[in-house]
Amino acid sequence: MWYLCVFYHRLLDYRKPEVESLAELFGAFDSDQGDPQIQNHCLEWRLPLHHHPDSPFHFVNLPSEDVARKVANRSILVKGMYELWGEGSSYEELEDSIRSYPEDRKLPFLDSGSTFKINVDTFGKVLSLEDQNQRIQGLSYIPFKGRVNLKNSDNKFWLMETDDYGSNNGLPPIVHRRIFFGREIGGADRKLMPTYQLKSRTYLGPTAMDAEMAFLMANQGLATPGKLVYDPFVGTGSVLVAAAHFGAMTMGADIDIRVVRDGRGPDHNVWSNFKQYGLQMPIALLRADNNLPPWRPGLKEIFDAIICDPPYGVRAGGRKSGGRKLLKGAVSPYTVPDEKRTDHIPSTAPYCLVECVHDLLDLAARMLVMGGRLVFFYPVLREDDSAENHFPEHPCFKLISSSEQILSSRYSRVLLTMVKTGTYTEEVAEAARLKHIEFKENHLKWLEDGNLHSAVFSPADAHSAAAVDGKFSKETKPKYRGKYV
Amino acid sequence: MRLLTHNMLSSNMKGVSNGFPLRIEVEKVVEKQVDFNPDFLKNMFSKVHWKALADASRIMGYAELPEEADRSMLDSDDFLRKFHHALLELHLEEGALVCPETGRRFPVNKGIPNMLLHEDEV
Repeated sequence: MWYLCVFYHRLLDYRKPEVESLAELFGAFDSDQGDPQIQNHCLEWRLPLHHHPDSPFHFVNLPSEDVARKVANRSILVKGMYELWGEGSSYEELEDSIRSYPEDRKLPFLDSGSTFKINVDTFGKVLSLEDQNQRIQGLSYIPFKGRVNLKNSDNKFWLMETDDYGSNNGLPPIVHRRIFFGREIGGADRKLMPTYQLKSRTYLGPTAMDAEMAFLMANQGLATPGKLVYDPFVGTGSVLVAAAHFGAMTMGADIDIRVVRDGRGPDHNVWSNFKQYGLQMPIALLRADNNLPPWRPGLKEIFDAIICDPPYGVRAGGRKSGGRKLLKGAVSPYTVPDEKRTDHIPSTAPYCLVECVHDLLDLAARMLVMGGRLVFFYPVLREDDSAENHFPEHPCFKLISSSEQILSSRYSRVLLTMVKTGTYTEEVAEAARLKHIEFKENHLKWLEDGNLHSAVFSPADAHSAAAVDGKFSKETKPKYRGKYV
Repeated sequence: MRLLTHNMLSSNMKGVSNGFPLRIEVEKVVEKQVDFNPDFLKNMFSKVHWKALADASRIMGYAELPEEADRSMLDSDDFLRKFHHALLELHLEEGALVCPETGRRFPVNKGIPNMLLHEDEV
């Protein structure tokens, strides 16, 4: 059945993947193995007449109202999921459309024993209260028998209106006026955002993941009770907090012992971030190096999802074991005298992005269950137009979604969601081992090749500086901001 | 550190071929209650190295786990409760994990095992 799915007008790239992930979580793809769409775990989507993919209005085909409700209620970016009763480019068209909608679909919700409420919502325009009431009165041709209850009604109906482009409705110029009327099935609980917002979190680091994004990541990772979610770059635990909110068991590791063990005092540490929201504590926090993970031989397929924001060297650089000079070969391994071993702080060296991602994919290929998900951020330089071809690949994984978030004029980060589709064979393990040695032996070369920091922060060259400078470019800056929202 | 974590870790020092299971040096054990989730336990059962878990739980002062276990025992609620307690509720708060081959100590402070290697061990 087709539903009208109205999104919040933000993080445009993240909206459909979230719905598809949740549809998977709530069993939308469990039946009918013959259907290629279902086999690929993709939903069917449709746009309203004259709408652009960036429009908040979409139609989506879901197997049942129950699935639609669960998807919408668990989502972060679905403002509402509706059973559409009618649509049109004018109120006359809307009336014809509603009148021709099957009676047996409408009557059960217009029953005299039920209560109802009609909301008016607009996109890219504002309606006065008077205008809103007028529009509600205009729906009198619908035989509502129930009583109005504005606070707690059984059935909620929505009249949604969007205008032509021209009055700057925030959408690309092709969008035409459209009016929708439908019955609400469900919608995101945005109250989560103020509850979990970072500014009220007791323990924060410089790269703590924004709460909304962390929830989106947890949804991409299908976090749910009984599942085990691992974050190898746990930091202050902001990604795992979201996974724990959805009931998953969590586990995290970090190379920085001060962050995972000490925090900023007894009630300002990773544990307290979970306690603050009454969430189940992580199963484990440990200090480990993603480059040399301490997992026992033979341990595999234990995590249901690995969700993380790897340090990619722009806001924070990664570290791995082994001193800088050690890896350069300038000094030979330093043996710590026995009496100093307990308090010795091992030296670490910069961890380049390519190696970091390689290690992450190898870890995930080994430690994820079949069908488990790897969800992580990957940075992309924006002048690089062919960016889509540069996402990391692995024989055990299939990329199912990539969602871009623009961070500055120079670079974006892309949330990649991968599903484990192949077993971690000995050939794959051996290839990874050889690659690990290559990284170690050519430490400096890899470090220079993958240096994102200088590409993002180096002064602009004269040509592009002229383009950004001055009033001229400000005036020509397009009003439509697309992926910036 | 819970025993589930202990069950997953090994000494990954250069040259060590058999770094599992790590010997537990107990200084302080605490018990923390965790919600009982049978599905999670059944899922974990096949992934856990049973002998290492049973031995570790004894060192931590809990001797209720059988020496050997198989899938059929998962039907027993009593068994699941014991498994749950050993796997998730016993915490090594202070102590160390010791490499069985080299005797290298990985300290556990405030419940966090420090598995990072020194320069000459990588």
